[in-house]
Amino acid sequence: MNEQIKTISITVNGVVRKFIIGDFEGCVAPSEVLLDTLRDRLHLTAAKRSCERGVCGCCTVIMDGEAVASCMVLTADCDGKSIITLEGLSDPITGELNPLQRAFADNSAFQCGFCTPGIIMSTQALLWKNPNPTEAELTEALSGNYCRCISHYQVIRTVMGFVEEINKEA
Amino acid sequence: MFDKMKEQVKVSEHEYRYIGKHANRPEADELVSGKRQFLDDIVKPGMLTVRVLRSPHANAIIKEINTEKAKAVPGVVGVCTYKEAPNWQCGLPNHRKVLDNHMRFVGDSVALVAAETLEAADEALDLIEVEYEVLPFVLDCEEALEEGAPQLYEQYPGNEIPKTTPFSEVPFNQIFVGDVDKAFKESAYVKEGYMKYENMAHPLPPESPGCIAEWTNPSAVTVWYNGGAPHLQKFNTEASIPGVAVRVIATQSGGSYGSKQLIPHMILQAILMAKITGRACKFIMDRNEHFLSYELRQGSRIRGKVGMTEDGIINAVEGMWYTDSGMSSTYAQAMTAVGLGECQAFLGKCENWALDTKLVATNHSSQAPIRGFGGQECKSVLVPMVCTAIRAANMDPLEVFKKNFVKDGDKYIWRDHLWWDVHSVDYTKAFEETAKAFGWSEKWKGWETPTWVSEDGRYAIGVGVGVHGNADIGEDPTEGEVKLHPFGSVTVEICIGETGGAQRLAVQKMVAEIMKCPLDGVQLVDADTHGTRYDAGMIGSRGTITMGTTAVNAAKNARRKLLEMAAVKLHANVEDLDTENFLVFNKNMPEMRLPWIAITGTPECTVNGTYSYKQNFDKPNFALYLAEVCVNLETGEAKLIRAMEGSDVGQIIDPINIRMQAEGSFGSAGGDTGLFEEMVMDKKLGRFMNGNMIDYKWRTFNNFPQFDTVLLESEWDTESFHAVGFGEITPSPAPAAILMAVSNAIGVEMTEYPCTPQKILKAMGKIK
Repeated sequence: MNEQIKTISITVNGVVRKFIIGDFEGCVAPSEVLLDTLRDRLHLTAAKRSCERGVCGCCTVIMDGEAVASCMVLTADCDGKSIITLEGLSDPITGELNPLQRAFADNSAFQCGFCTPGIIMSTQALLWKNPNPTEAELTEALSGNYCRCISHYQVIRTVMGFVEEINKEA
Repeated sequence: MFDKMKEQVKVSEHEYRYIGKHANRPEADELVSGKRQFLDDIVKPGMLTVRVLRSPHANAIIKEINTEKAKAVPGVVGVCTYKEAPNWQCGLPNHRKVLDNHMRFVGDSVALVAAETLEAADEALDLIEVEYEVLPFVLDCEEALEEGAPQLYEQYPGNEIPKTTPFSEVPFNQIFVGDVDKAFKESAYVKEGYMKYENMAHPLPPESPGCIAEWTNPSAVTVWYNGGAPHLQKFNTEASIPGVAVRVIATQSGGSYGSKQLIPHMILQAILMAKITGRACKFIMDRNEHFLSYELRQGSRIRGKVGMTEDGIINAVEGMWYTDSGMSSTYAQAMTAVGLGECQAFLGKCENWALDTKLVATNHSSQAPIRGFGGQECKSVLVPMVCTAIRAANMDPLEVFKKNFVKDGDKYIWRDHLWWDVHSVDYTKAFEETAKAFGWSEKWKGWETPTWVSEDGRYAIGVGVGVHGNADIGEDPTEGEVKLHPFGSVTVEICIGETGGAQRLAVQKMVAEIMKCPLDGVQLVDADTHGTRYDAGMIGSRGTITMGTTAVNAAKNARRKLLEMAAVKLHANVEDLDTENFLVFNKNMPEMRLPWIAITGTPECTVNGTYSYKQNFDKPNFALYLAEVCVNLETGEAKLIRAMEGSDVGQIIDPINIRMQAEGSFGSAGGDTGLFEEMVMDKKLGRFMNGNMIDYKWRTFNNFPQFDTVLLESEWDTESFHAVGFGEITPSPAPAAILMAVSNAIGVEMTEYPCTPQKILKAMGKIK
């Protein structure tokens, strides 16, 4: 029976998490998506359950440097991957916000805040790859993030201001 | 951090500490770090998941239903059909049963399952056996009124829903004033119109509606829900379940735009399953259910006649306004009453009205309150109808709107069926400043005349204008209390939910301003019906005036009490005393300051001030929307290339948050219903065909046009620091403005929403 047990190892916010894939109680079913694993097993609830079709971006996390919709990724396929959620951007000891989170908070770049975790993660993934994006590159990177309160303009103003600031400091 | 950005927002000229300046929302850090709890993040011990079996038919009777196999699924704790369900009903008046044997739309509730897991619940739904008697259905509101049409409710023959409203004994559902026949004879221009605004668009907040119900004793239940009007939800639920005390707690709401403030049917279903199972039950719609089973923007249709004088005063309106309520009415009659008031705010000089209404039940999902609350629905048909007369006179619509919009000294009948004299508002300057900033006079070239056409004749630009105002900014009571704590903090006990409009921050600022204390020294209690007095909730942009006035006066009363106590202790005149940063001082000796604890003498008390706001409809707010649209005349594709929204908000409370309210005009089934947003119905099956986020069109991050605001601060006569609410109405004038802009670009009058390529090419005669 042991031969049939498949285990996987995922690094989530810097911590290695191990799971057994299977249909037994407590195991991660082969059909389980990363969003459910993060929210229901690891209690990392920043990534939000919304469209569950990979369209709205509310569940966005960063996997090996790329922004992905965690509702469209099977946990069983994440063996060896490194995942960062919104919780993982803040300092793990002090809880201090990272500079991008600080910019969103200080500039109220949100209204209801439900889509904000996904928007911040998509932005962070872009900035780690390209610290000095144009506005067109930013909005392209965020084109998979749905927001209905219409915080888009304020997000763009905030992030472009942030980009200008960090590049000036650099 | 971003000085350049902050320079772009207007800052009040007053020496306020917080009003008019930006401050971080109190929950900002939690929102950007993922710590803020939304409904789906809450887990109660032993909590079950509720799922609903949905009707595949638009009109059908359940003949047989068998749930035995479903009950046998491991993990299933409770199953309920109409046979076991109590006769709990909701709606206005109560008519929609918690479970019924009559299915009235595709997506209606057939049965409920509560299970340990979502998977077990879904497996059980698949095993419920149902035999239906399928009936003919009706989707069109005028066809539903015809003799022989399928009937939705036995008690509502002819499919007309009773015109009850919660606002007055005799409901306000028609305006018959003056003498329209005489007025039409005296009018220089008389035109007829038949307009429809029936996109049935979806408000589509990113967080679906949901609730958790848990019984705490046999006659008391607690409900957590993700809307922003807990007291309204409480009394609605208690009206449905007599004898039960309902406590409602509002969680942080992941968007509502009106659509989640009242979710009576869902809450009854969750309460029912919690009762049956004896466990806490969570019921959150998945996105598919949210699209196909939840409430959409009301259908609106007008058939009528308008008269205008030689000098551009609309002096007669006659007609029938049909509102399509779908399979039930949550609050549709209230929307009609408010919409009629808004007609009069728009046409404030008109003294002759014969405008009647019909509220019609049809076999699609319920149509219910969404941002705009009757106003967007009404204005999207009334503005184009009024424009038929303005067009006949070849006048500039913006000038006519400016001349006719209600102002100080005018009067109207509002939703409470009373006449109200308008005080302290004149939006003439806001009209003029916005038009100037947009360059309206240069861009307006006449009716059905483009502003610009490309040299090759393939592209044309047109401009359009819409206007809206709503006196519901003073609606409904708010009761509240402000408590001063001796060691130096302030608690505001007003029930304020947070749906994204930063209302909690606004009240926090107002109280901190009165108490002259740090912002974070003022804390608001959670939005919980236990522990707060009555408030109607985050509806209709009422918060600024109603909650603001309550908070300001309660804070003033508490401050006065504190200073009276200090006057006794210090042998001083109360008028000579003041408090700042939790210290009391004599203005004649400001260097001597005593902490509050020295005044109270004990920490075991609070100094309290209360206030009860009573509703007032004497001030409407105002939104002017100007649109510039470019149309590809070959393909019919229309793009909004620039838009501007203007208002006079009296006083800006927070410059960033108010600008986002204006930008919100794109969302909530708002401005984009002029261009592309709609639910597409298969009329043969009675089913929506685009109920998912791929097929339902929405605007992506890289597809927003230039959008500017003009926000004046004329300091209206309100106790909420001269401010009036604004967010509710920002989308309302947009669809009509866009329709006009497209018409002007293509040179043909458009009468149908949304302006899709197909409709544009059809209007141009390029396709049939």
